[in-house]
Amino acid sequence: MAGDRLPSDRLDRRGLLKALAAVGGLAVSGCDRLSNEPRFRSVLDAANSLTYRVQRLLIGADRLAPEYGEADISPAFRANGSTDPQDEKYLDLVGNHFADWRLKVHGLVEHELSLSLEALRALPARTQITRHDCVEGWSCIGKWTGVPLAAILSRAGVRPEARFVVFHCADTLDDGGAFGVDPESIRYYESIDLIDAAHPQTILAYDMNGKPLTVPYGAPLRLRLERQLGYKMAKYIMRIELVQSFAHLQGGRGGYWEDRGYEWYAGI
Amino acid sequence: MAAVLTPASPVAERWYRRHAGLVRITHGINVVCFALLLMSGLQIFNAHPALYVGERSDFDHPTLAIRAHQSERGLVGETMILGHSFDTTGVLGASSEDGEISRRAFPSWITIPSYQDLATGRRWHFFFAWLLVLNGLIYLAWGIASRHFGKDLLPRRVELGHIGREVLEHLRLRFPRGAAAKRYNVLQQLAYLLVVFVLFPLMILTGLTMSPAIDSAVPQLLTLFGGRQTARLIHFAAASGLALFVIVHLVMVLVSGVWNNLRSMVTGWYDLGNQGTTDGR
Repeated sequence: MAGDRLPSDRLDRRGLLKALAAVGGLAVSGCDRLSNEPRFRSVLDAANSLTYRVQRLLIGADRLAPEYGEADISPAFRANGSTDPQDEKYLDLVGNHFADWRLKVHGLVEHELSLSLEALRALPARTQITRHDCVEGWSCIGKWTGVPLAAILSRAGVRPEARFVVFHCADTLDDGGAFGVDPESIRYYESIDLIDAAHPQTILAYDMNGKPLTVPYGAPLRLRLERQLGYKMAKYIMRIELVQSFAHLQGGRGGYWEDRGYEWYAGI
Repeated sequence: MAAVLTPASPVAERWYRRHAGLVRITHGINVVCFALLLMSGLQIFNAHPALYVGERSDFDHPTLAIRAHQSERGLVGETMILGHSFDTTGVLGASSEDGEISRRAFPSWITIPSYQDLATGRRWHFFFAWLLVLNGLIYLAWGIASRHFGKDLLPRRVELGHIGREVLEHLRLRFPRGAAAKRYNVLQQLAYLLVVFVLFPLMILTGLTMSPAIDSAVPQLLTLFGGRQTARLIHFAAASGLALFVIVHLVMVLVSGVWNNLRSMVTGWYDLGNQGTTDGR
């Protein structure tokens, strides 16, 4: 009859639940162990290179990130990462309102450049109101004005063997003053490919919401890379280096957060 | 399988091949993917445990937020939904990690990894998201080609009329046997349709909407969902819906003949309970 159980169902259900809980517990600790297994991590990484390739196909070289109106600008844009670098050289620059700051462009270029903030401001600029997406999950909208990176690179002349643009920053996000820690090993840096470098919305921003960039947001110059997440957008830029590979830089993965486990491609 | 069973026929079949091989395989892969996606998703959520409506985050007015604050009786976990606050110490906001009560939105036993590590959580999440999508596409293609959706999942008009009766039967934990057990009942059909054609597509589309690169390729997604932060909220809500479905689904598996159900999902064979005769209902 409908209410009857099949003989096999008389097997202990509670036993089954207990077994499932035990398997669940094992699975969780197994996931932790796998998370730290380099070979397994590289398997998971395959998904990220697939994402990179598929997204590159979808967005091509010049699909623009959505732009917003003045009314959409966040009243309180969250400052994240370094917000008040204590590195001595940087403090000196702040003290002098960045009068002594120069953007150095070097590496695989035809002509090295050294540009003052005034020189940058004299170049044709682009203004865009865009959404900033943090890897943590939140979003803020801000208005950015700056020089397209492509303009700087064409002035410098990119040599054919160059593949990446590296941004070297002034800040050390970890405790730069910690005894025995070489600040150069924990200095913020980031890298992007030449496709993103040539994108019209990829700008070196010196103004935010119509005013000069303040320290929490990366003064005097920061990167805007609108089709990727916030951690790619280096703040406190000191020099731009063109390289064939970033394997020789710090952890070798192309960025401060990349060296700490995050994906180099942050389009998702 | 068009064999017409005559009620009380002495040769009524007992074993019925209930699930096709492809359904069993894709279901198995989906179980693994969904479990890992849910747990790594909660790890990602924990990095910023607040949800908002619109394009941007209005940090002072989240729709949902899970947080912790210090009180005289220690760390208190608090869940805030639409301005209403609930004490959720022990589970949400503050829970035990390595024997010590600590600040975390979702507890360590339900996140991958168990400790706070957004970078690794993202790696798990995107790997199994790809697997889930590819697996789902295979299932969809097969379901259409084999007419599985039309034949097995789409309720017939008569079946829709049985909803009330089915609800009562479910509440009394009475489930069909014999020939009637060959077909999904109407509540199953509706639940599976909701999962396959509403909740999973919502998960995937809102997940993609959170990608700044996808937003530049398909900005219509932002219009469809009302902004990136709303998409994130829907992603969370749809995941909660799927988790709720899984709980109900597992309870149903458990109370409607657990070994029979498990066997049919592994080997395909379901015991109709005909011990030589049908029950003639």
